[in-house]
Order: sequence, then structure tokens, then C-alpha cells
Amino acid sequence: MLVAAAKIDAGDTAWVLAAAALVLFMTPGLAFFYGGMVRGKNVLGMLMQNVFCMGLVSVLWAFFVFSLAFGKDHGGVIGGFDLVGLKGLFSGTIPGLQALTIPALAFVAFQMMFAIITPALITGATADRMRFGGWVLFLALWSILVYAPVAHWVFAPTGWLFKRGALDFAGGTVVHINAGIAALAVVLVLGRRQGWPREAMPPHNLPFTLLGMGILWFGWFGFNAGSALAANRTAVQAFMNTHMAAAAAMLGWLVVERIKDGKATTLGAASGAVAGLVAITPCSGYVGGTSPIWIGFIAGVVCFLAIQLKFRIGYDDSLDVVGVHLVGGVIGSLLLGLFADVKVNSAGRNGAFFGGGAHLLGEQFIAVFSVLAFTFAVSWVLAKVVDATVGLRVTRDEELEGLDLTQHAEAAYSFGELGSIGRI
Amino acid sequence: MKLVTAIIKPFKLDDVKAALTDIGVQGMTISEVRGFGRQRGHTEVYRGAEYTVDFVPKVRVEVLADDGDAERVAAAITDAARTGKIGDGKVWVMPLDGVTRIRTGEMGDDAL
Repeated sequence: MLVAAAKIDAGDTAWVLAAAALVLFMTPGLAFFYGGMVRGKNVLGMLMQNVFCMGLVSVLWAFFVFSLAFGKDHGGVIGGFDLVGLKGLFSGTIPGLQALTIPALAFVAFQMMFAIITPALITGATADRMRFGGWVLFLALWSILVYAPVAHWVFAPTGWLFKRGALDFAGGTVVHINAGIAALAVVLVLGRRQGWPREAMPPHNLPFTLLGMGILWFGWFGFNAGSALAANRTAVQAFMNTHMAAAAAMLGWLVVERIKDGKATTLGAASGAVAGLVAITPCSGYVGGTSPIWIGFIAGVVCFLAIQLKFRIGYDDSLDVVGVHLVGGVIGSLLLGLFADVKVNSAGRNGAFFGGGAHLLGEQFIAVFSVLAFTFAVSWVLAKVVDATVGLRVTRDEELEGLDLTQHAEAAYSFGELGSIGRI
Repeated sequence: MKLVTAIIKPFKLDDVKAALTDIGVQGMTISEVRGFGRQRGHTEVYRGAEYTVDFVPKVRVEVLADDGDAERVAAAITDAARTGKIGDGKVWVMPLDGVTRIRTGEMGDDAL
């Protein structure tokens, strides 16, 4: 059935394009957030694994990953090949999204930036020991076999979780739970870093981490408020919610850190803010009032406690992707079942605290567990496949020497060493 | 001729330099070093994980002095670098066999 496309709105289009650029900026921001936390011998390896997503995922997206995520629906599970190469999208429409007041390509661009940063989030967990070639292959396979279907389920109006009525405004399931559980699966295949947890592996440059946090916070306005796909009241509410949740989560994290460890730290402030940004992501266009403050504060406290789990259980999630993104994403997705308010967004539904009963919470549980189960299983298999073919992990000696030199033949910090032209 | 060497807390360097200048010392060499004594490092906490940094940053100050001045130089450093807390560092004095000023070739006390 042909549906007439809605009229293009200049303001909406301008905002979504600006928001897409903001979301792109989050990936180098994330690179510095993570890069500061690794040791100095691995910082380029970390930056590279992140910025490389901007290269590879973008090209895959235009060729066929966008089509798999948002093309003609097949059973609510995956899109088709009808939009391969972004065919016809200069003036055409996307299935189920004919009511958008922005050109289809603006939606393509905006969603592309999400596809870039989502796998980039995984690199924090695998820091210090992943082969670059292994990451390249994993990244390509994961974008096609995990990101595309999960984005279809949740973001495409024809996706099965979307149709059931699960809410995810900007990617609590698609981005954060998805990346967080994939990170756990890959880490279990990859194994612990040499020396973890006996040896000290302190961050080499916390100012980078704080800088990265600032870029993430700034870019997240595009991530959440841009997800309204229009310059309207919902976008403004999402903007406010994003900010308030980050602020409250920073406070929540620092309060428990100060009580438990004796000092409020800069790394704690940065981590808390990011935890709040993660948790508000699914909620951002569906909650209002003081709800984002409570959601953020709870996320800050719970994520601080969650990062201790790796020491108890024994998995080496280097930079706490599981503790911050997986746990934060689950908190946000489930709290939405309590705090959602249709007065803020008529496209949503009321949560338990706003007279909606337990129905939405139930749908949120289904969405969370579906993504957890699917993504864990497929990511684990992909990691095993990569490990058996090109290899997922560097050798022991390469790991001790550092990723910068062994994977990229570069050094991040040069102090005028004496050298000469040419190879050894 | 003596070589006076001191290991001090980095933030005390300005005080030590001023004290040495006040008693007429014309030159000194410093280097950033790491070490520990009875202080035994310090503890850092990152996301709840505690690390003990064994070798903490210190500054090493080296001053050449003639035999009569060496004790005064060591005493000036000791006074200026003291906070009274653990980790203030040490000063020691060693005899020297010879000193040459490279520019002029002057040797011995003339080179100081």
C-alpha cells in the first residue's frame, strides 16, 4: 500500500541533521572517555577501535545494514534488501515512517550514528588485549547479524517488540543493553588481561576521560532529543530529561563513592554522569517532571555498586561496560515501566506510577530479556568464530608491549626519542 | 670539594632553591625521580579498586660545594625541605675527586 509522504518541515529537518552530527561526535568523545582510562601503551589502540567504527559501520550501513534494519519487514524480525545502497531514498519514504516530516535520508543519517557508537561501546570491556584485525571482523559481523535485527525489532514500526508496545525512546535496549551484553559475551571468550586482577592497571590520563565525558554529555542531547525526529515539545522534554538525569546520576554515584571509598573522585563524577545518560536514554521522550532526576540518581547509585560485580564473579570487563551500559540500560528500560507518562508523549503509555498498572513494565521486561538472550548468544558465537579464524586476542608478548606499538606501529607519547629514517 | 645530594618533596623545590640562593649557592641541578622510604608510597582508588603506588614522585637536588660550605648547604636544604611529616626525604654529602668547568677548563675549587 502506498502512503503519501508527509510534508517536509524545515525546522524538524534542521534539528535532526544537527542532532545526527551531535551523535557522531559522541564516538570520538567515547574514545577519549575510554582512552584516558587505559594505560598509556594502549591508548591509540583504544582510540582506533572507536574511530574505526566511523569508517567501517558507515559504509556497511549505506550498502545494506540500513536496509536490514529499516527495509520491508519480514515477520517483525528483520528488514529486507529493498533499500540496499539507500536506493530511492533521496525522495522516497521508509516503510512505516511515512508520517515523518524529515527527508528519509535525514533519518538514515541520524540512525547511522547510532549504529556507529553502539559497537564502539563494546571496546571498553575488551580494552588492552583485542587484536585489531579481530575487532574489524567482529565489528562487521556484529553490525549485520546483531545490530540490524535488534534495531529492526525495537526502532522499526514493523518490528515485533515495537508492535507489542515496548517503549525505547532513544536506544536503551538497541544501544546500551545490546552493547553491554555483547561486551560480556566477548569478554568471556577473550579472557582476562595478563595480570588482572592482581596487577595495578590505573588510568593513564583522567583529564582525557573527563573531556570525553563532556563530549558524550553534549552529544547525548542529539542522541535523545534528536530521537523525537522533530523540533517539538517531545524533543525539548527529552533534552531536559537527558540533562537532569546526568546531573542527578553524578550526585548519586559520588555520594555512595564518598561513603564507601572515602573520597569523591573525578572518575566517579564522569562515570556517574554517563550512567545517568545511559539510563535516561530509553525514557527520555516518555517521562517528565522530576522523574529523570529519580531515574538518574538510582542509576548513579546502582551502577556504582554494579561495577564491583566483576571482581566477585571474575570476568575482566576492563572499563565497566557491563556495569555502566548493561546495568544502566536495564535500569532505564525497566524504570520506564514505572515512570512513563502519556501526558508527556501521547505515543507512549502510562507506567505503574502514572496509573498504567503493570502492563508496560511487563512489556519492558520482555524487550530487555529478548535483547539480552539474542545478543548474548549471537555475540558469543561471533566472538568464537573470529577467535578461530583471524584471532580475537593479541599474543602475551604483544599485550605486555601494548596495542599502540604492536597493532598500529605508533606511540601516543613521544618525547623526542633518537631515531633514523627507515625500518629495522 | 663535596657533592650535596638531596631527595625532597616536589612541592618543596621552590623553598629549597630560595634557601640555597640566600646562602650564596650559584648553581644546582635537579631531576624528577621516584622512590620510597618509610613513607612506603600512597594509595589511589579508581572506581573502588585500590592501588598502592610504591614509587612516589620526588625531586633530587644536586649541589657542588667546597669543603667549608657543604655542611651549611646540607643544613639549608634540611631546614627548607622539612614539613615534619613522613616522606620529607634525605640529604647526604659525598667527597669529590675533581671538578672541571667545561667552558674555561678551570679545575678544583676554581670550577665551583
